[in-house]
Amino acid sequence: MTTFPAHAPIRLAACPPPGLVANTLAIAQRELREAVRSRWFILYTLAFAVLGLSLSYVTAAAGGGMGLSGFGRTTAGLVNLVLLVVPLMGLTAGAGSIAGDRERGMLTYLLAQPVTRTEVLLGKYLGLSGALIACIALGLGACAAIMAWKGDATRPASLIWLGGLSLALAMGMLSLGMLVSVLARKASVAVGTGVFLWLVLVFATDLALMAGAIAMKLRIEELFAACLFNPLQVFKMWSLHAADASLDVLGPAGLYATEEFGAWLHAIFGASLLAWIVLPLIAASLIFARRAPV
Amino acid sequence: MISIRHVTKRFGRTAAVNDVSLDIEPGDAVALWGTNGAGKTTLIRCVLGLFRFQGQIRVDDFDVARQGKLARARIGYVPQELGFYDDLGVAEAVALFARLKGVRSVYTPDILGRVGLTGHEHKRIRELSGGMKQRLALAIALLGDPPVLVLDEVTASLDACGREEFVSLLSGLARGGRSLLFASHRIEEVTALAQRVITLDKGKVTAEIPAREFIPHLGLQATLHLRIASGAREQAARLLREGGFDPQRNGIGLIVAVPTAQKAAPFRILSEGRIAVEDFELLAHTDSHTDSHAAEHTP
Repeated sequence: MTTFPAHAPIRLAACPPPGLVANTLAIAQRELREAVRSRWFILYTLAFAVLGLSLSYVTAAAGGGMGLSGFGRTTAGLVNLVLLVVPLMGLTAGAGSIAGDRERGMLTYLLAQPVTRTEVLLGKYLGLSGALIACIALGLGACAAIMAWKGDATRPASLIWLGGLSLALAMGMLSLGMLVSVLARKASVAVGTGVFLWLVLVFATDLALMAGAIAMKLRIEELFAACLFNPLQVFKMWSLHAADASLDVLGPAGLYATEEFGAWLHAIFGASLLAWIVLPLIAASLIFARRAPV
Repeated sequence: MISIRHVTKRFGRTAAVNDVSLDIEPGDAVALWGTNGAGKTTLIRCVLGLFRFQGQIRVDDFDVARQGKLARARIGYVPQELGFYDDLGVAEAVALFARLKGVRSVYTPDILGRVGLTGHEHKRIRELSGGMKQRLALAIALLGDPPVLVLDEVTASLDACGREEFVSLLSGLARGGRSLLFASHRIEEVTALAQRVITLDKGKVTAEIPAREFIPHLGLQATLHLRIASGAREQAARLLREGGFDPQRNGIGLIVAVPTAQKAAPFRILSEGRIAVEDFELLAHTDSHTDSHAAEHTP
C-alpha cells in the first residue's frame, strides 16, 4: 500500500454531536411537522371527527332522545369507532415511516449524519405519536365540545378515559407499524402489511377466539388470557371497564375478569397495552440497528 | 484521518468490498475509481457506518463500527442524489441538519451563498433542480466545517453543464485542508479533485496511483477527425507519421488516434508543416467506459 504525502494539512475541528435527547427531539419535530402537513393526517382527523359526531347523533336517536344525548351510550359507540379507525391510523403511519424514507433514499442520508439509529427510530416514533395525539384530540375533542355544548356531558370522565386509552392504543399500533416498517424494503409492502395486520386484529382475532372457544373448548380464564394478546380487545375491555366498572356486557369472560381480578384489572390492561407499545418498539430498534438502510 | 484496514463487506456470497486497506491523511484527496459494481459506493457506505463489515475503519481515530456517531461528526457527506424530504424548505433543511450536527450558530444566507444558492432559502426542496439539490447537499455537508468530505458519485445525476459547474464549485470549496474521499467514474472529476486514485474491481483494490499518472494509466485515447484539403493530405499524413502518429485516411481528411494528454500535438505538427486544418472533430473515450463527448470546432 502506497502512502502519498498530504498537501497543506489544516486541522479542522468537527462540532461535538448532540446527545440522544437533542437529536431525538430534532427528528421528532421534523417528523411531526411532516405528518401534520400530510394528507393522511388531515383525512384521518376529518374522518374521525365526522364519524364521531355522526355516531353521537345515531346512538342518541337509537336511545329515544333527539340530538347529542346518552353520553355513556355514545362513549360505547365511540369505543367501536376508535377500535376501527385508530389502529388503522397507527399501523399505516408507522409502517410508512422507515420504509418510506428507505425507499426515498432519505434514510441513508439521515443515517450518514452524526445520529444513531436509536435516535432516528425514537425521533420518528415520538413525532408520529405527536401527530396521532393531535388527530385523536381533535377528533374526540370535537365530539366532546359539541356534546358538552348540548348539555349532555353527564360523564366527561369516560370520554377522558377513552381519549387516553385511544392514545395508548394508537401508540401500540404505531410501534407495531414501525416494526413492520423496519422489516419491509418498500413502503407499499409495509403499508399493505399494516392494513393486513389491522384486518387480522379487528376481525380475524375475534373470529379466531370464537372458533377457538368452541373447537378447543377453551376455559373461561384461557379465553380471557387470549384476549389480552390482542391490543384491541384490551382497549375495548379497559374502555368499558373504565366507563361502567363492569365487563358483563362482554359476556362470561368479562364477568370472570371482574370477579377474579377486580381492582387489578386496570393494572392488567395497562401492562398489556404497555407491552404492545414497548415490545414491538424494542424489536424494531434491534432489527433497525442490524439492517442496512438501503 | 481515515484508516481502512482489511475491510470486507459481503452481500450473501458476493464480496462487494474485498480486503481493502487504505490510508487517507489530512488534506489528502482520494478518488475511488471503477466500473458500476466495483465496490466504490459500498466502501463509502462502510466508511459512513451504514453497513456492517469485517475489518476496521477509523475516522479521526474514532472506530466507525463502535463510535459511529462521533466518526460521522467528522464527515460531511454528499450522496449521488439527494433523497430529501421534498416538503421541507431549503432554510428548514439547513436548520435541521445544523441541529443534528451540533452546529449552534447558522446564518443560512451565508451557508447557501457559499454554494451559489443565494435567494433560494424560501423555496421548497421539490422546487430545486438536480444541480441545486446537490449544491444544497454540499452546503449541508460543509456545516460545522468537518475535516473529512465524502462524496459518492455526486455528479452522476447532473447534466454536462451542471457537472462542470459542480466540480468547479467543489474544487474551490470542498478542499480547504479537508481530507476528501470520493467515488467517481468521470475522468474530469478525478483529475480536477484527486491527488491519488484507488482503482477498484470486483471489490478489490487493483491499483493506487497519483492522479497525474491516472490518464496514462488508463491508456486513454482520443480520436481526431481532421478535415484537410485533398492536395495536402498526403503530406499531412507523412508529417504525422514522422511525428509518431498513425493517421488513417477517410474521404475528407485524416483520422488520428492520440493520447488524451497530447490532443494538440497533431495540430502543432501540421501547423509547422504549413498545412491548414479546415475543420476537426474530437472524440474522447476510455478503454473501459463509454464516456464520450464530441466537440466540433472551426479554426
